[in-house]
Amino acid sequence: MTDPAEPSNEPVDHLACNELVELVTVFLEGDLDPATERRVIDHISLCDGCDLYVDQVRQTTDVLAGLSGGAPLSPADRERLLATFRDSSG
Amino acid sequence: MPHTALPPDDVLAGLLLAGDETAFAQVVDAWSPGMVRLARVYVSTEDSAAEVVQEAWLAVVRSIATFAGRSSLRTWVYRIVANIARRRGGREARTVPASSLGAGPGTDDAGPGTGDTGGPTVDPARFAAPGHPFAGHWQQPPAPWPGPEQALLAAEVRAEVAAALAGLPARQRVVITLRDVHGYDSAEVCSILEISVANQRVLLHRARAAVRLRLERYFDHAAARAAEEVP
Repeated sequence: MTDPAEPSNEPVDHLACNELVELVTVFLEGDLDPATERRVIDHISLCDGCDLYVDQVRQTTDVLAGLSGGAPLSPADRERLLATFRDSSG
Repeated sequence: MPHTALPPDDVLAGLLLAGDETAFAQVVDAWSPGMVRLARVYVSTEDSAAEVVQEAWLAVVRSIATFAGRSSLRTWVYRIVANIARRRGGREARTVPASSLGAGPGTDDAGPGTGDTGGPTVDPARFAAPGHPFAGHWQQPPAPWPGPEQALLAAEVRAEVAAALAGLPARQRVVITLRDVHGYDSAEVCSILEISVANQRVLLHRARAAVRLRLERYFDHAAARAAEEVP
């Protein structure tokens, strides 16, 4: 919980934020058992800090996905490979 | 992310076995960039990564007849890359055998919470201490990040994330690169690296937390700089 002044927002299951942050990956994988998944969802629905944390992990994976692209083989390397392939199966 | 233009694995393997050069050129073009990135995880220069990929393709050509279809062809090829790159890599000493996971702190820790095993991924000081009425709840919650509309930031953010990746322990870097950069699913990564689902998840979890933390620090600094500039 981000606001100790509002104890009524305490999730009924008492899943603490420091527990939730360790469940983020398995949660995002969709691999939590249904009961725990529900506790996580309940928690982030009430906790701005954890909602933000989970969203930032998602944003992080979005940035990571954007790194894809990579350099192709150099033309020389490519030619050498194709020549080798030709020779090996000729 | 399978290349949509490629034929199904059994057909492809058959074409390669039959010496079909067009098919070979097609897979070389489709997979080599990803193979270079995978190799780069283990070896320290682009040149040696390119050499690893060359060597891997030669091994593929030599041994395509042994491809049994138990994994996808691409996974089979990636395993060859990983094995060659690992053998060549100067980082071998930094990698932790799967069997040592869970047997104590990783030997390749780059700092608190960044190792392969053990310990929380978020600084415990950010949560209320035990005994506090809100023990375990955020004391220092994350601050919102600027939205994706800040296009000017995008290149800097990518550079920051790339630097964070480079600083990860080798095993974490391999897993997060395959999963989040290349888009492989969990089963494929386990298969390529020959690790368990649980190990894969621990490595991914720690890696993502470390990269997120790096971005958080970057945005915090950016916000602090912006605040200073406001009169």
